[in-house]
Amino acid sequence: MSYKFEIENLNAWFGSKHVLNNISIKIREKAVTAVIGPSGCGKTTLIRCLNRMHEIVPNARVSGKVLFNGIDIYNEDADPVQIRRKMGMVFQKPNPFPMMSIYDNVAAGLKLNGIRDKKRLDEVVERSLKMAILWDEVKDDMDKSGASLSGGQQQRLCIARALAVEPEVMLMDEPCSALDPIATAKIETLIRMLAEDYTVVIVTHNMQQAARVSDFTAFLYLGELIEYGSTKDLFENPKNELTEKYITGQFG
Amino acid sequence: MAHYTVRKIVDRSMRILAYFALIAALIPLFSILGEVILKGASSINIDFLTQPSPTVGEAGGGVANAIQGTLITVGLASLIGVPLGLVSGIFLSEYSEAKISSPIRFFNDVLSGFPSIVVGIFSYALIVRAIGFSVTAAAFALAIIMTPIVTRTTEEAMKLVPATVREAAIALGVPLWRTIVSVVLSGAKKGIATGILLALARIAGESAPVLVTMGYWRWWFAGLNQPAANLTLNIYIFAISPFENWQALAWGSALVLVMFILGINIIVRAATREKYK
Amino acid sequence: MENNYTRAKEPRNQGQTTMKNPQKLSIFVYNLNVRIRKVPKKFSKGDNLFKLLTAVAASSIFIILGLTVYELIIGSRLSIQRFGIEFLVGTKWDPAISQVFGALPLILGTLVTSAIALLIGVPISLGIGLALSEFSPKRFGFAVSFLVELLAAIPSVIYGLWGIFTLIPFLRNNVYLPLQAMFGFISLFSGPIYGGGVLTAGIVLAIMIIPTVSAVSRDAFSAVPNTQREAMISLGATKWETAKIVISYARTGVIGAIILGLGRAVGETMAVTMVIGNKFQLLPASLFDAWYTMAAIIANEFTEATYDLYVNALIEVGLVLFFIALIINILARLIVWRSLRLVRGIARE
Repeated sequence: MSYKFEIENLNAWFGSKHVLNNISIKIREKAVTAVIGPSGCGKTTLIRCLNRMHEIVPNARVSGKVLFNGIDIYNEDADPVQIRRKMGMVFQKPNPFPMMSIYDNVAAGLKLNGIRDKKRLDEVVERSLKMAILWDEVKDDMDKSGASLSGGQQQRLCIARALAVEPEVMLMDEPCSALDPIATAKIETLIRMLAEDYTVVIVTHNMQQAARVSDFTAFLYLGELIEYGSTKDLFENPKNELTEKYITGQFG
Repeated sequence: MAHYTVRKIVDRSMRILAYFALIAALIPLFSILGEVILKGASSINIDFLTQPSPTVGEAGGGVANAIQGTLITVGLASLIGVPLGLVSGIFLSEYSEAKISSPIRFFNDVLSGFPSIVVGIFSYALIVRAIGFSVTAAAFALAIIMTPIVTRTTEEAMKLVPATVREAAIALGVPLWRTIVSVVLSGAKKGIATGILLALARIAGESAPVLVTMGYWRWWFAGLNQPAANLTLNIYIFAISPFENWQALAWGSALVLVMFILGINIIVRAATREKYK
Repeated sequence: MENNYTRAKEPRNQGQTTMKNPQKLSIFVYNLNVRIRKVPKKFSKGDNLFKLLTAVAASSIFIILGLTVYELIIGSRLSIQRFGIEFLVGTKWDPAISQVFGALPLILGTLVTSAIALLIGVPISLGIGLALSEFSPKRFGFAVSFLVELLAAIPSVIYGLWGIFTLIPFLRNNVYLPLQAMFGFISLFSGPIYGGGVLTAGIVLAIMIIPTVSAVSRDAFSAVPNTQREAMISLGATKWETAKIVISYARTGVIGAIILGLGRAVGETMAVTMVIGNKFQLLPASLFDAWYTMAAIIANEFTEATYDLYVNALIEVGLVLFFIALIINILARLIVWRSLRLVRGIARE
């Protein structure tokens, strides 16, 4: 039982707006952790702080520590580019590269890292697409544009693309919110499978999804961590009144 | 990890190269402006601003007649260019779903990028053939160059006026055309005015069409069917001449022209920035 | 109170005054005025007249373009009759003695100097586009892009003036002589150097097209949705690697920008004629030799053309320039328009 992330006193700002207030959590390895809460509570910001994507927006600021494998990623000597390489991210709206083929989309990260060998690329692309439960649907059409797929397929393509560089962590920001229920179900299955080998952190506004898919859940409200615990405990026996109100649908 | 170091080096180099490109573009800018100011300033004196062009071998002389001529030509051109551009811009903005609007807009854009000398030849064929090399011919060419610019800036300015303004007027029973003319137009007047200023700055600097419709003129304004002096032509003729005092006049004329054009551009920029506050 | 606008198909609001959907009302009013043909006669005559008048004014562009073609053809008919298609491949320009005119060297001169302008100007413009849109903070971008745009406001004749007195001496002493010293064995760099000529004209043209190409490229880059950049960044890409994706996404717009630049270069007159040397020859002896372009010869010789055939020949050169510029500009606008629609279309997915 070890922790992939140890977040200590994390604060984040957009300009003068204080979006995350002193968050401290320990995220378990090889498990699925869900981050839930009403809109604007900072859950997306939290997950983007984990791979240092929050700071690329102008006027965004972060303070505090995030220990990843024991090392603070916000350390002065830390290289954000290398940190991001170790984590895969999937966004709310699928964003495949439309000017590349399906194959090239998945291989994009590999080529960045200098892998040119066709055989190796073929191997990894196939493996990633299989992991993303997309291989069978696209294996005969690998040259088609990344944008020619349906929404659900595009999202799985993005997942494959992220998996191809063999990250240790998968960060998912409301990956199903733009998808229909069937596509959502496929991706939820996928997430459960990923948990065997990866640490998954998923942001979702859908509580039922969090309950279905995750092992641990964190509930955020207005930038503060209200409650954090195993999913079973949080949903069945919430310790905080606010949590109970949220999960029973009384607000948000 | 060696590959990663290479990537970092490439990243840094490309970013530096991009900034070098920026500098490469700004060096000529500063060189041109610098030279015009330095070399032109020494020419500027009272004589310069009040005397007409010198003859061959004559010392001194000025560009007063050229300033007069340029103002007249540009003014004449805007008599046609501004109204035509304004009305065209109104059409494109208020009736932009009309089938004919897209082609009009397209060809307006095309005409904007056109070689101005061809416009000059057109004016030559139409007007010079009829009344000879003249201010009218030059102004006509400049008006054609000016119109697409005014059209586009007018259209953009009017499109910025929110729909609610139009609806309020219409709900009060004002007919559509009156709404456009009184309400929307006055809402867009800042944008339209800046567009006109920019068009004026542009045509004041045009020399090719003026060359083939007027040619060099040494005297004061002598009538609409005669050529007139022009700052840009002065620059051209004096610059390629072998006389040093003429070359100095070229720089002086350039300074006057640049101050006028840059002055307008800076004013326009300042005015449009306030809009966003 | 009934007015013309309530006379249409929809029933009048029963005393309701709230504006439920301003957009709908706008469209409603537009429909009344533009689409509905069967308008009762009491419809505001003013509106129809207004629309007609403004439409006529706006359509003047077609008249201008059409008339230009017409006048150019009429004005060059003597030359067309005399030389026919030979004009385009003719290599002699002799107004004084044999009165033979041919435009091939001019066409070549125009195309070559424009090509040089693109070779030099496009990489610089793309570098500027990237520097301002991908590598710098927004405020810096605004301030600096203003400066780059100033380059576009400087009149062509002043580029020529600066070209003669500043650029030519500078290039001659600091660039051309050293170039010849090092590479003089290549014929491109051989021959007498006076400072002006083909390469100088190309350089001046490059500077003149930079504002256009860099501004349009920048617009194309800005239109690339941020989600694309984020995808690359999250994979662990450097800024340059992310920029490559942006260029790739925006490549249609970039191509449009380049062709727009070509259109400008082809039509530039005064700056070119003041530095290129104005020598009519099929091919220059080297990059440092003088040459001629279509626009330059018209500017240079038009007011001296003393007899009709001469003038006609020059106008015919103008006609050729017109068509070349027209094709390039139409192509450029089509591509730029298409790229904007493509980007919006993909982003919608």
